Amino acid sequence: MMATPAITTTATKRMTIREALSQALREELNRDDRVFLMGEEIGVWGGTYAVTRGFFDEFGERRVRDTPIAEMVIAGAAAGAAMAGLRPVAEIMTINFAFLALDAIVNHAAKVHYMFGGQFSCPLVVRTTTGGGRQLGATHSHSPEIIFAHFPGLYVCCPATASDAYGLLKTAIRNDNPVLFVEHSTLYQKRDEVPADDPDYTLPVGKSNIIREGKHVTLVSFSKGVHICLEAAEKLAQEGIEAEVVDLRWLRPLDTDLLIESFKKTNRMVVVEEGHALFGVGAEVAAQVTEKAFDWMDAPIKRVTTIDAPLPYAREIEQMALPDANKVIAAVKEIL
Amino acid sequence: MADLSKDELLDMYYDMVLIRRFEEKSEELYQQGKIGGFLHLYIGQEATGVGAIRALRPEDHFFTAYRDHGVAIARGIDIKGLMAEMLGKSTGVSKGKGGSMHLASREHNFWGGYAIVGGHLPLAAGVALRARYNNEDFGVLCMMGDGATNIGYFHESLNLSAVWDLPVVWLVENNQYGMGTAVERASGVTEIVKKAAAYGMKEGPRADGMDVLATYDAVKEAMEYARKTGPVLMEALTYRFVGHSMGDPERYRTKDEVREYQEGDPIGKFGASLTAKRKAKKDELVALDKKAAEEVEAAVRFAEESPEPTYEDLFRDIYV
Repeated sequence: MMATPAITTTATKRMTIREALSQALREELNRDDRVFLMGEEIGVWGGTYAVTRGFFDEFGERRVRDTPIAEMVIAGAAAGAAMAGLRPVAEIMTINFAFLALDAIVNHAAKVHYMFGGQFSCPLVVRTTTGGGRQLGATHSHSPEIIFAHFPGLYVCCPATASDAYGLLKTAIRNDNPVLFVEHSTLYQKRDEVPADDPDYTLPVGKSNIIREGKHVTLVSFSKGVHICLEAAEKLAQEGIEAEVVDLRWLRPLDTDLLIESFKKTNRMVVVEEGHALFGVGAEVAAQVTEKAFDWMDAPIKRVTTIDAPLPYAREIEQMALPDANKVIAAVKEIL
Repeated sequence: MADLSKDELLDMYYDMVLIRRFEEKSEELYQQGKIGGFLHLYIGQEATGVGAIRALRPEDHFFTAYRDHGVAIARGIDIKGLMAEMLGKSTGVSKGKGGSMHLASREHNFWGGYAIVGGHLPLAAGVALRARYNNEDFGVLCMMGDGATNIGYFHESLNLSAVWDLPVVWLVENNQYGMGTAVERASGVTEIVKKAAAYGMKEGPRADGMDVLATYDAVKEAMEYARKTGPVLMEALTYRFVGHSMGDPERYRTKDEVREYQEGDPIGKFGASLTAKRKAKKDELVALDKKAAEEVEAAVRFAEESPEPTYEDLFRDIYV
């Protein structure tokens, strides 16, 4: 049984995450002249993941700005433009390169509002891609969203579906706070139904989504992990195990209420993430659920994560290192 | 001499004195434990700050690093709010959240002091982008120390400003030491303006940062170029008479060197030229000295009497 997000419109269109992101960007560019895009290869090239293909011709170089390969200034100048009242959507090609922009994002974009007593705001969106599994080696395969989610002042959004990608990107662009918007590099071709006749379709900040209902165990994930959980839930259903799947959508703010609600129903939980386990999303979710719903706990909360090693190039062992549905199923069976 | 009336000149003199008194008082309050954190004084560099900031139009914007009290004062921000910020009071310009290194005033287009070396350079580029994006006629003055010219942010920000013809004056306040490391020990190019060539950017002058009017003229010209054409890299050659921050043992320079610069004190020099060339009377200057001291005392009283931020304030302004 699939519980779809609350769509207020009637018409939908089946599209890929790539198309949904393109549509959201295009509509926001058309809606608000303050919105502009900047980043590496987003213009003439058309975007390394083709999200902005055709935009350069459509909107011109004022609105679609190619930058040098220079992440510190991409994030930093976008933050400055946001402080000055524009609504930049900066693209960092992959989150691995965002380490170079960590200071601009964490020390500046996320801090200027607080540090100057509310005088400035920073309505910045940094779009980037995450994830391993593409044989790119250790430096190109990180899933470090949690690093950014650690810091107050920033929001971190990680959509898993096309309709969410569409609504959440609009939410991020219209929000007055800095948002790290993390797409998964292997999900761009994923398709689902996206609202087609509501250009103001947005989703609330910090609200997670029960994407599949169940009563025996709660599977918690975000981004690609949601699809791993859905696959696992499908297989478990064949054995009569009804898994509920929570798509976090946001790592910050974290929708603890929804997690507790689901846990009180199922009393068991497995958290799935592509990052490493140590100090990860699973660690945080397990801590919060333990603190707030200990009396409802029937078994230890389990984690399925990338193993505690850098990701290698060789295809087979890289796949072994990453979470998959079979690992999730095994974890569920350990606690049922 | 710059296109300034006698009143304007006296006003600049007053600001320089006000900065000096403000800084001396800050040092005292730091020693009393009333100011915490790090404290970087502007003593010796007043001519650079006042000259540069006075060269701006009201609609121009500016950024600086953590040695930020002087430029805030030069822009005409009420020193009550500045002193209250130093004391961590809720009436401070940043509501006590920022402290000495993070003064700012939105209504004055002062985007702040920034304490990560080079961290404000891309922000300045971003604000300058708005001018080009919206076709607005303003420029951005981005001040930094000589030490900031060796960090990655400098390279990336100057390069982008050149590629996008952004209206920024990159003004290096070259006080000859990045903390305690002399320019020639930290930079392959010691004449910092030469770095402009790497970006195809206009190489601005190396202004005498101990001469307020020389700095004023040079920054004014650079800002005009920036607004119209694109970025400029320039220097103001200056010197701080005190340590990098409080508690600096100053092992990297000799007392003789400091004394030599102190003999060319920018305030004394400017005062002397005002009496010699602009018929300012000694009494006028003495009266301004006195007024500055009183204004600082009043600011300290205001700050001391102001309320502390509360526990609830901890959670305010994290998000909009």
